[in-house]
Amino acid sequence: MIKIADAFQNGKAFIPFLTCGDPDLATTEKLVCAMAESGADLIELGIPFSDPTAEGPVIQEANERALAKGCTTDDVFALVKRLRTEDGLTIPLVFMTYANVVFHYGSERFLRNAAEAGVQGLILPDVPYEEKGEFDGACTAAGLELISMIAPTSHDRIRMIASEAKGFLYCVSSLGVTGVRSNITTDIAAMIRLVKEASDIPAAVGFGVSTPEQARAMCQSADGVIVGSAIVKLIAQYGTEAVAPVAEYVKAMKDAIR
Amino acid sequence: MSNGKFGIHGGQYIPETLMNAVIELETAYNQYKDDPAFQAELTTLLNNYANRPSLLYYAERMTRDLGGAKIYLKREDLNHTGAHKINNALGQALLAKKMGKTRLIAETGAGQHGVATATVAAYLGMECDIYMGRVDMERQALNVYRMRLMGARVHGVESGTATLKDACSACFREWTSRIDDTHYLLGSCMGPHPFPTIVRDFQAVISKEIKAQMLEAEGRLPDVVLACVGGGSNAIGTFYNFLEDKDVRLIGCEAAGRGIDTKETAATINTGSLGIFHGMKSYFCQDEYGQIAPVYSISAGLDYPGIGPEHAWLHDIGRAEYVSITDEEAVCAFEYLSRTEGIIPAIESAHAVAQAIKLAPTMGKDKLMVITLSGRGDKDCAAMARYRGENLYDD
Repeated sequence: MIKIADAFQNGKAFIPFLTCGDPDLATTEKLVCAMAESGADLIELGIPFSDPTAEGPVIQEANERALAKGCTTDDVFALVKRLRTEDGLTIPLVFMTYANVVFHYGSERFLRNAAEAGVQGLILPDVPYEEKGEFDGACTAAGLELISMIAPTSHDRIRMIASEAKGFLYCVSSLGVTGVRSNITTDIAAMIRLVKEASDIPAAVGFGVSTPEQARAMCQSADGVIVGSAIVKLIAQYGTEAVAPVAEYVKAMKDAIR
Repeated sequence: MSNGKFGIHGGQYIPETLMNAVIELETAYNQYKDDPAFQAELTTLLNNYANRPSLLYYAERMTRDLGGAKIYLKREDLNHTGAHKINNALGQALLAKKMGKTRLIAETGAGQHGVATATVAAYLGMECDIYMGRVDMERQALNVYRMRLMGARVHGVESGTATLKDACSACFREWTSRIDDTHYLLGSCMGPHPFPTIVRDFQAVISKEIKAQMLEAEGRLPDVVLACVGGGSNAIGTFYNFLEDKDVRLIGCEAAGRGIDTKETAATINTGSLGIFHGMKSYFCQDEYGQIAPVYSISAGLDYPGIGPEHAWLHDIGRAEYVSITDEEAVCAFEYLSRTEGIIPAIESAHAVAQAIKLAPTMGKDKLMVITLSGRGDKDCAAMARYRGENLYDD
């Protein structure tokens, strides 16, 4: 059985993100396989949403492109099924989307379909600790782990969130929305220290990470890094030809933290 | 209401990054809402700066013309800046100042909330950034100028449908990136807790005044009160102090756009379904996969795919009714009130006037009706002329 914990058994984890259906589902399938072959330990699959309020322009535009192509939640379930059967993908996968995509589909139905397709976890950036109960029960029932997030503003909330976190803890590196940043000024080590005092859950840092140097610096204290915008940018640039440049990028990033 | 829930609606569906900000806001609000000094300061501002209390005006000509219920207009259009939005803007800005914030950000659709926020920022000496959809900036160019005149920066939002919902999303994104010195002065009774409650409380002055003014004029409460609903701030302000008075009928008027049987509508209660968006659980116009619909109304202020959670709850329990009014009906009401009473209503408010035109003649002459005129219509004149095929400006 594939578990999220598997991603942290291979040194520091490299966790790439992409938006499913951008530029099309066939390319997404090839990209996911290529990322896994290039050293990705876990992959975040974004299910497109019309109004992704936690995203910067790069991922917003990827959502728009995917929806314009007609990508639906059911298409993404079918994609994951192909990845698990035809492509034989064995690394853990988590969905990243917004509360309404899950809620309006019917949370239990969504999570049952996600589990059947072969997904291990769910990230909902607009569901904080206070509202997680609504989704957590359905996740557990379906055998998925709901991923919790902490941010630079979390302070005294870190202990409370970390102590109940499952799978891995998503540490948001900076204020603001997703996007490439040249400088990450948050004291990540201090954040991770607070996490580790409360729990032995793996902690991965995301938001703003794009270069091998940043990844290496984050992994001084974190158990892994999450990279979204830098990859989505490559996909926007190369479209259906993005497989080779994305694979090369993922390999360089994993090598930097190995 | 605990945890900001109204029945099943409301809540706090926002990124973790903003959680301590809304907790800090709630703590500050709970401290100041019962503080007599804060309330006295706010009342002084409302009275001496915003021109409250606003008139409850007996619309004699309209009453005679429609031949039914006796009609009163609650004249929020006479407030400083020309709409009810100033009530909430003053309240929240004063609160933000007490919290040590030096910068206000706000979304705006028709531009009335942006103007109100720019106004209080100028008055209180605060920095101000307004987010407005590109489409709305074109529809409401005069209000863009007013905001800039008062020192605000107006940022055009290109994403999505480039209207009110995208301006809201832009504000949430901006607030996430700069929290310490910034208060998000949300303009409607929507968003994550505690905003729906705070905005309602600051707008409740409308129904508090209607009640007192009506008792003085007629010696009894009205039979029906009407207000337009987008997010629903003027409506919740109009309804709130009547919620316990079960004999007072409460009617919210949504924007049907080109009709609720078309896709070009913004009538959330009449065409939407339960969802989670912009920090709250409520009703939203959306497709089968939960993608938020690109809604439409001639009124930029009602052109929003959701409705405040308290309205969703009032609908669920049947305490308030929500009807829909088409563009054509609203434009006719805009023209009707201008011609009949010499009062040009905002196109948003004209949706409530349109429902009154339908309803008043069916009621007895001994019945009392109040329509909240949430704003003045000067801003809409060019668009209304265009709707009738007349171009006021050379462009």
